[in-house]
Amino acid sequence: MNRLDFIKISEWIEPNSKVLDLGCADGALLKYLQSEKMTAGYGIEITPENIEKGIKNKVNIIQMNLEDGLSVFDNQFFDTVILSQTLQAMVNIEKIMDEMKRVAKNIIVSFPNFGYWKNRLQILNGKMPKSSDLPHEWYNTPNIHLCTVKDFYDLCEKKRLIIEDQLFLTENQPIKYFSNLRGSIGIFKLSK
Amino acid sequence: MGKSVGIVESKIFHCKDELALVCGKKLSEFDLIYETYGKLNNKKTNAIFIPHALSGNHHIAGKYHKNDKYSGWWDNMVGPAKPIDTNKYFVIGINNLGGNDGSTSAKSINPKTKKVWGSSFPILTVKDWVASQKKLINSLGIEKLYAIVGGSLGGMQAMQWSIDFPDAVEKILCIAAAPSLTAQNIAFNEVARQAILQDDEFYKGNFYQEKTKPKKGLRIARMLGHITYLSNDSMDKKFGRKLIQGKYNYNFQQNYEIESYLNYQGDKFAMTFDANTYLRMTKALDYFDLEKNFKNKLSKVFARIKAKYLVISFSSDWRFPPSRSKEIVKALLDNNINVTYAEIEAETGHDAFLLESEHYHNTVRSYLRS
Repeated sequence: MNRLDFIKISEWIEPNSKVLDLGCADGALLKYLQSEKMTAGYGIEITPENIEKGIKNKVNIIQMNLEDGLSVFDNQFFDTVILSQTLQAMVNIEKIMDEMKRVAKNIIVSFPNFGYWKNRLQILNGKMPKSSDLPHEWYNTPNIHLCTVKDFYDLCEKKRLIIEDQLFLTENQPIKYFSNLRGSIGIFKLSK
Repeated sequence: MGKSVGIVESKIFHCKDELALVCGKKLSEFDLIYETYGKLNNKKTNAIFIPHALSGNHHIAGKYHKNDKYSGWWDNMVGPAKPIDTNKYFVIGINNLGGNDGSTSAKSINPKTKKVWGSSFPILTVKDWVASQKKLINSLGIEKLYAIVGGSLGGMQAMQWSIDFPDAVEKILCIAAAPSLTAQNIAFNEVARQAILQDDEFYKGNFYQEKTKPKKGLRIARMLGHITYLSNDSMDKKFGRKLIQGKYNYNFQQNYEIESYLNYQGDKFAMTFDANTYLRMTKALDYFDLEKNFKNKLSKVFARIKAKYLVISFSSDWRFPPSRSKEIVKALLDNNINVTYAEIEAETGHDAFLLESEHYHNTVRSYLRS
């Protein structure tokens, strides 16, 4: 496993804790956490193909639309809730942030940084950005709520979430300085 | 994909143990007719039990004779290289107690009176069925089933198994089921029952002696049932307003294709199905209520279970819609049970659980392999 985002997220997770992964795709992160940290938990996913893949990955996967909220889970049911590369595709971002606060103690969020310099450069050239993290055309992208790292800080402040730790990656390499400019993905550990 | 299990035959399990029923009555002994497909491994760890739904039986797959018109009722799911792969698993089908295909039922002889049970045959519940099934499974030397795969009423039996015998099953596949019936579900069942009960040929359940059967009532009951198993969209797609002879007849003969279809299904059913069985099956459905003995809290029901769950629902199923499956999922989640939930896009209504679709079948196949 050489995905630095998985490794970092795993560092933030307590062994044997309960984890919820929202928009878990094929369940690869959950599977990794199960083997590294003996976590128990569930993934939520909407696409049928991913349900099949999740089953093959031996993770618990619930087919549900995140936009409908997390009412199947009681308050503070999980130790950690993860929203990995999904925030930008949500319609109602504030609602899911509130729901995450409700169901878990710790929150981990990652998203493609719209402020990454290559994105800025493409805008300067008069085009919507496309990259390996944002591969779609503007007219068919599921990523409808793109934000920069600074924008995300503002939202965290509004939602009274404290940033405990963060990691920025570009092409799976960690970025230490000028991260809102040089990081293509940001991963944040938040607490209430 | 996959092949047929081929020619199969049924066996009889005779149980001499007394079975105390939920209704308070007892059966001093009983028979269950069953079929098996595939081979039980040496450790007896590859057995899958498939309980049947309302009008099903023990004949799940294959044919009795080469020239049989129809295969078993879930032949698309069970067989070599099929989702429930008989090359890997030992699959068991049982006709429920009270069923009319060879298990002890209202048309059997009451050993005490030496007469046909008829109307005096007790009303059985899902819990009773499960208790009787457990005895058969034990008789095969199986301590723990690898899985129970049940659709509709079969899903209810699967859930009951995991609650009543938590150590006796590893995986539950609960498909197109519900934790209990709604008022609307019960209402449909009651109309079906009234059709039978009010048929002059029913003789209060003792029609066997009269050498007749309440075919009219059974026909209507089945026609009603069929309407609820399909969705509005699928019925429209299949039949629409198509006419049998292309014109309006201005009489009460069958005019539309949907009428012809329902009447055909009704006739077929009335020929083969026993009215006392149908009445009792619908009652078992009505009385099924997981919460009843758990202070009406579904989450309490699953507190002691050990099985893993795959819950499947179908988008257009309005008899047991996805919202009911989600209630089951929620209750399992409350107890930290390993559960996967798939809500499958299908336009064929409740019947979708019996039909072949790639994603549905792959989901079942993958879950059994995982």
